[in-house]
Amino acid sequence: MAELRALIAEDQALLRVGLTRILESDGIEVVDAVQDAATLAAALAKDDFDVAILDVRLPPTFTTEGLTAATMARASRPALPVLVLSQHVEPIYARDLLADGQGSIGYLLKDRVADVDGFLAAVRQVAAGGTVLDPEVVAGLLTSRPDPVDRLTEREREVLTLMAQGRSNAAIGARLHVSEGAVTKHINSIFTKLDLPQAPDDNRRVLAVLAWLDGAGG
Amino acid sequence: MVDHAGGGRPSGRPAPAVALPLFPVDVPGLLERLRLTAVATGTAALAVPAWILLILAIMAVPLSVIGIGLWIALIVVHGTATLVNVLRTIAEGLLDTDLPDHPVDGPRRSPLRLIATWVRDPRRWRELALVGFAATGGLALSLLPAGLLLSLPVHGTMLLVDGGSVWPVLTVLAVPMTALWWAGTPWLVRARALADAAILGHSQTRRLAERVVEVEKTRAELIDHSAAEVRRIERDLHDGAQARIAAVGMNVGLAERLMRTDPAAAAELLREAREGTVSALEDLRSVVRGIHPPALADSGLTGAVEALAVALPAPVTVTLRLPERLPAPVESALYFAVAECLANAVKHAAATRMWVTGVAEPGRVRLVVGDDGRGGADPRGSGLAGIARRLAAFDGTVAVESPAGGPTTVSLEVPWQS
Repeated sequence: MAELRALIAEDQALLRVGLTRILESDGIEVVDAVQDAATLAAALAKDDFDVAILDVRLPPTFTTEGLTAATMARASRPALPVLVLSQHVEPIYARDLLADGQGSIGYLLKDRVADVDGFLAAVRQVAAGGTVLDPEVVAGLLTSRPDPVDRLTEREREVLTLMAQGRSNAAIGARLHVSEGAVTKHINSIFTKLDLPQAPDDNRRVLAVLAWLDGAGG
Repeated sequence: MVDHAGGGRPSGRPAPAVALPLFPVDVPGLLERLRLTAVATGTAALAVPAWILLILAIMAVPLSVIGIGLWIALIVVHGTATLVNVLRTIAEGLLDTDLPDHPVDGPRRSPLRLIATWVRDPRRWRELALVGFAATGGLALSLLPAGLLLSLPVHGTMLLVDGGSVWPVLTVLAVPMTALWWAGTPWLVRARALADAAILGHSQTRRLAERVVEVEKTRAELIDHSAAEVRRIERDLHDGAQARIAAVGMNVGLAERLMRTDPAAAAELLREAREGTVSALEDLRSVVRGIHPPALADSGLTGAVEALAVALPAPVTVTLRLPERLPAPVESALYFAVAECLANAVKHAAATRMWVTGVAEPGRVRLVVGDDGRGGADPRGSGLAGIARRLAAFDGTVAVESPAGGPTTVSLEVPWQS
């Protein structure tokens, strides 16, 4: 038995095949690869996977079938790991997905799959209960509330964006070529400037950021 | 079956229903003039109820003090409405146009209220004016054709019966009267109809108001149509080029990963990726063609239609004598209309031969797309209705003639001034 089992819902055959190949290249078993909302509902009910990778738009209406299925599945099975893929991202969908505060959520542009290692890491992160948001989503959320975020320095904004992507302090430090200690300092500064309570674990940090953005945007 | 989808009566120019030529002097011309004379005489006879209504209207004013005047006024209100309706119908028939119709409205509860509303409504006064005209000038105008026609037979009969010295002179004079009847009757009848229409307020302003309503409607339809087009383009891009490029990215990403461990698999993935870019470009090209066909941009409507014809499985004869360049949106609308018609002919009518003809006539461009297929095209079908909607934005019309068994011809007309 493979170490991780994935369910794919993607209506475009090319992308379905591509995703399957990429997952299998890393030893992730693809238990099912469905292409519309009806078969997705059946596959979700079987509950034989560790992470569901869903396209937002699926037949029959090509609107938000994937999102709806994800929300419904997580209502009956809280914290079910779901990674949502889309050709364009909407911050509002991110808010919907994160609304239950359970984590185990990812929301990425399909473009990111081409960064195979990054994508596989994201899949594993979501399966392990983490939260992964596409930089575009975070940027969209930040620009939608420019005023308080303006108080952040350029470097602090970079840190916030990486935080929202679910990265650890060490990963952020490596990415920005600074020490982990420096990252912690930036994060404390961000939390102070945005009046956020201190929170130790990655997931709660992301949720805290989004909760603030949501509240400020409300 | 002829259906003018999206057409309707071209507003603003009532057809000259009374455009009878002077010559030849033949039986159909004679019958038509006799018919018009009868119509005019009938219209003249309406002077009798008109006079009665006018007298009642005048009586109603002093008599209203003792109450009975109100009942008389009520008769005048309804009588005027009826008489005006008859006059309006006659004028509409003669002018081949629609005249304003304002039914007596308002609360029917009390006669007093009705009369009060009536008195305050300027349209009712126009109607009363029409009644006045019918009793006076209109009467004279409408009696003329009959008078001119009867002068010769009446004087001729008197000449034979009476033998007085005045009759030969009058009979001779009656001959030009008859000629005048032949020449003037159509004009006299038309003049009366125009006068009635003018009194009823069939004015330029009203025609413009109607036109604005029509323009607003077609504009709204065009906006709907544009929104649908934008959605279609978005869908085409999403399902086509965008998905293909994403798949290319995945293949390249995986190839990168496999490069060291499985170079053969990596090479295969890269080959697939290269093919993917070709397909993505093809998709983009077809989307661009759907927005604005390159052939249209390069060589105008004639060249683009010829290019379209070459690509079809059945032979298409293209005979287009069109102005060098039409306005771009008109060219585009006509191009897509022709493309839709030809596609229908191939797909639904199983045509073995098709033709496209086009000419620029004074004031308009007219294209006809025909095929020898099985006919029975539905003008309300989404394809043809879409064409009608697009053309309606330019005041264009679509007429479909498609009897069961064929052939089908679709006429596309768009106003155009050189």
